[in-house]
Order: sequence, then structure tokens, then C-alpha cells
Amino acid sequence: MCLAIPALVKSINGETAEVEVGGVVRKVSRTLTPEVNPGDYVLLHTGYAISVIDEVDALKTLEMLKEIADIESGQV
Amino acid sequence: MNQGRFNQMKYIDEYRDTELGKSLIKRIARLSKKPVKLMEFCGGHTVSILKHGIRQLLPAHIEMLSGPGCPVCVTSVAEIDKAVCLARKHGAIVACFGDMLRVPGSNSSLQRAKAEGADVRVVYSTQDALEIARQNPLKPVAFIGVGFETTAPTVAASVLHAFTEGLTNYYILSLHKLCPPVMKTLLVSHEIELDGIICPGHVCAITGSKPFEFIGREHDIAAVISGFEPLDILLAVEMLIKQIENGEHTLENAYTRVVRDEGNRQAINIMNEVFETSASYWRGIGIVPESGLRLRDKYRGFDAEAAFEIEQPSLKENPGCICGEILRGVKKPYDCFLFKDVCDPEHPVGPCMVSAEGACSAYYLYGGENE
Repeated sequence: MCLAIPALVKSINGETAEVEVGGVVRKVSRTLTPEVNPGDYVLLHTGYAISVIDEVDALKTLEMLKEIADIESGQV
Repeated sequence: MNQGRFNQMKYIDEYRDTELGKSLIKRIARLSKKPVKLMEFCGGHTVSILKHGIRQLLPAHIEMLSGPGCPVCVTSVAEIDKAVCLARKHGAIVACFGDMLRVPGSNSSLQRAKAEGADVRVVYSTQDALEIARQNPLKPVAFIGVGFETTAPTVAASVLHAFTEGLTNYYILSLHKLCPPVMKTLLVSHEIELDGIICPGHVCAITGSKPFEFIGREHDIAAVISGFEPLDILLAVEMLIKQIENGEHTLENAYTRVVRDEGNRQAINIMNEVFETSASYWRGIGIVPESGLRLRDKYRGFDAEAAFEIEQPSLKENPGCICGEILRGVKKPYDCFLFKDVCDPEHPVGPCMVSAEGACSAYYLYGGENE
């Protein structure tokens, strides 16, 4: 029930944002995330953007995962 | 997990990379020395763990237990009965999420009420329910508000919309539940001794991390907030194992791209404007203080329970169903003698088999082997 998926914000019109998920475009509410801008990725839950995804933090996590892979490749 | 396909879905496919997953599993196996019990609180995590085969990839001495984090599963029989009563007796158009349709109440379900002629409609969003209310001004429209902190703000937002628009035929049956109070109840009961908890990432997207800090502070249990892709979960397990092996117990966040310490202030404010906390009954767990949400006096006009007389039938649950023990992490689906033989997704006996996020449904679909 807490399922939420990443969606790319294409445009904004008042409380509504047009977002794209896997090539499908739909209108969602940005009542809970008024700070959202076109180009942002948001987390979409039951027709509402509930969080703006932080690209810098996302990259940091991926870097950390790659570092772990580097360390583990050296381990027997 | 998959690798290198076209049309990559950003923020999904990177977190399903097979090679990075293998390294995490290797690392977990290297770091993990002693047997541990970890609980994934959220049903979404249970599904991801089983679907991606994570349970089988982890060392056998890391036991993964499902928790009560499936809103449909913990909705009580009495609450389903209330929804059915609204549809049957009061002629309301009942709008609900699809998961709720087949959950059995005492004598019926919303699906059965619909088959018998009641106007029950599945909606994707509270915005759809509002639209139904606008288009049917002469009929009461009741939305069945089920869900944790992730969903409650979207329901609160719909109430504010209805309030502003002056919609007088829109009602909420608030069955919402809050996660930290029930986690506290489980930990205080000591029915199971956990070493670590994977905390619900999308609940924390709203609440922030602070409401979950008590897990380490008061209960000396390691806790990590996790996303829902396989690498998110493996990273959370790796962080939990590191804490446990080092004798630490603090709350860490492995889902920083979505969860901030302070949460989503706007969503919290909207939720607090419309709702106040109340005691709530959790199926399999009982009454948990301060774990429910009811409409505040200012919005009482939207409260389906205040507007309609809702009868309370005698409660009947199937005595063979062990959903309650499964929700508390005490038993697993294959401990239930109804599992697979009598109870399956086509003919669910208990809510854990009805909901797509229920442990029984996930074990049935992705990994219901007896162990």
C-alpha cells in the first residue's frame, strides 16, 4: 500500500504537475510537494507527489555501492 | 535483478544491478558471524525480498521476519464491517483502493456487497473519489481511508479540497494507522527478540527519521531506513549486520535520496490540520494507543462514522487463520495449516493473503517453500 514510484516532472500548472513514468504521462497533485520543479524526479503515491528525490544523495549511495564492490572484489 | 536493458528507469534500474548486488551479498556473508533475527516492518519490503530472492541469497543464519506493515492486513474485521455497512445500508457510493475489495469482514466483504448491488468503486487516488462526489451531488460518497503515514496526508489533502470547495457529500471512513506506536507495542511485548529492524522508507519519507530513533535508544535494537529496490534492501541489511557485529544500535538512513531527517513538513502539517491521533485496533495485535487517526472537530462533517449510524455486528474471524501471529513476526505463512491448501490468492481466508503486500500472498507467489 505504501508503494511509490519515481516519476519525472515535465511541467507544472498550479497544484497539478504533469509527470512521466516509463513513457506514460499523467497529471498528479503537488499539494504535498509545492517545492517541486520541472526536471525534478518525485516519488509518486496514489496520485500525489510525496517527496522530491535528491539526485546528489542518490549518486552518493551509488558511489558507496561501487566502493563496496571494489573492496569485495579484492577479498577472497 | 536485471542488467543493461534499454529504456532505463531512473532511480529504479541502478538499484537492481546484479554485480553490485553480488558484492553486497559477499560482504554481508563476510561480516555476519552470529545468528540474527531481522524484521522487515513493511509489506513492500517483504514483497521485494521474496520477489528478488534475497532471502535465499543471504546466509542461512540471517533470519528475515515479516512485520505488521501492511495496512490492509492489519485492518480489523470490525472496520471492514463498517465499510460494508456504509455501502449496503446507507446507499453510499463507497470508494476504496483495490486491495480493500476482497478483505473478509464478519459476514461479507466490499466485493460481495458490490456483487449484491451496492455501489462500490475502486479508485487510484482520493482525487478520483473527490471527482465522484462532484459528479454525484445528491449521493453520499464515502472514501475508505486505509493506509499509514504515507497515505494519510493524501486523504487529508482531499478533505481540505472538499472543505474549500464546499462539497457536502464527501465522507471519510478513517481507518488510518501509524507505524511508530505499533512498533513500540511489538518491542515492549518481547514476544520475539529482534536484533535489527528494516524501517519503512515511504512512511519515513513523510515522518522523517526521528519518530523511529526510539528503536535503538530505548530498545537497544539496530534499525536502518530502507528503500524498496533490491540494492536498497541489501545495503540496509549490510548496515544492520555491521551495527549488530559491532554491538551498536542506532538508527541509520540507507534511503537518503528520499528520506530527510525532518520528513515532509508540508505533508505532516496537512495531516495534522485534518487528523488527530486516537486509539486503533490492529488485527492480530489489539488496541494500540495513539496509533489511529480520526478527523478533528473542525472537519467532523466529513467523518462517515459521525454522519451515518454504523452497526457493529458480532466479530467473526476464521479460527484457523494465523494472520495475527504472522503480523507479529511470531509465525511464518507456512506455519499455517490453511496456507496453500485452503487459503490462496483466489480464495483468501485472511487479509495477509488478500493484500498484494501481505506476507502470505508474497510467500505464495514468490517463495512459499516449506523450510
